[in-house]
Amino acid sequence: MSNNLMAGKRGLIMGLANDKSIAWGIAKALGDAGAELAFSYQGEALKKRVDPLAAELGSDIVLPCDVSDEASIDALFDGLKERWDNIDFIVHAIGFSDKNELRGRYVDTSRANFQMSMDISVYSFTAVMQRAEKMMNDGGSAITLTYYGAERVMPHYNVMGVAKAALEASVRYLAEDLGKDGIRVNAISAGPIKTLAASGIGDFRYIMKWNEYNSPMRRNVTIQDVGGSALYLLSELGAGTTGEVLHVDAGYHVVGMKAVDAPDMSKS
Amino acid sequence: MSDIADRVRKIVVEHLGVEEEKVVESASFIDDLGADSLDTVELVMAFEEEFGIEIPDDAAETIQSFGDAVKFIKEAA
Repeated sequence: MSNNLMAGKRGLIMGLANDKSIAWGIAKALGDAGAELAFSYQGEALKKRVDPLAAELGSDIVLPCDVSDEASIDALFDGLKERWDNIDFIVHAIGFSDKNELRGRYVDTSRANFQMSMDISVYSFTAVMQRAEKMMNDGGSAITLTYYGAERVMPHYNVMGVAKAALEASVRYLAEDLGKDGIRVNAISAGPIKTLAASGIGDFRYIMKWNEYNSPMRRNVTIQDVGGSALYLLSELGAGTTGEVLHVDAGYHVVGMKAVDAPDMSKS
Repeated sequence: MSDIADRVRKIVVEHLGVEEEKVVESASFIDDLGADSLDTVELVMAFEEEFGIEIPDDAAETIQSFGDAVKFIKEAA
């Protein structure tokens, strides 16, 4: 599915871990559409994974960034400026929470993990957009990733659901602030996908099965599905859309109860 | 060696980029085969995919070596 929707456009992908990552599905779709890409990573363990994937898409711009550190975000954008005068898009695929609190009860969330989850999963996008705004062309576009657990209660999602709700709200405020300069800000609410990050969520296999049986399309989504929707939001195709949370979840968010044809299932 | 052991070994060799001879029963992914903590999660995900099984978190934490992986998968598959 090759096209030229992103020819001449440059952008930064944050949060790639491996070839199962949603960020990889997005990077592939953008690369196949002619975009020039840069990548940020946190820590050496991720660098060794990102380097070969970046190379596969013809990118040699792979820069470190710890989004909990203002100076590190500044350094990332200084590094980008050495290579590019401006950028056209940002993909923010970053979130973090103590996995011991992604099971059990939300009410037991600790203050320390609440603050860390909000800092890494929510504020980082705002902090990145503060810098990106200054480098972005008119027609710039940014996306972040969210999940339906922001809108409805999902088992074990807990503090991440609260963080994603705040992230979605911040997308709306960023859309207002940056819209006047022609910069669009949107979120993709992806259905459950088996990624490295998802491995921290309790009963994840059960959640995936439930979605497969009960979504209107009776299937789960893939990183390619998310990549296609990201291409829409980041290219001219999405020129009139900002502040939106686009569900790429095989329709699961419209469902009110278990499908009649869905098999009864218990936890594995 | 069983078919399961061969399939597990193939995944380990490909994922960690180690020589086949080094993947012996007692070989620890981290101490002997150079895996980092993300590799161990990725290996478990690869085993789940290859064998169509579910490896819960608490079980995954006990899979430290090639021998541990083969033993768990034989019992689960």
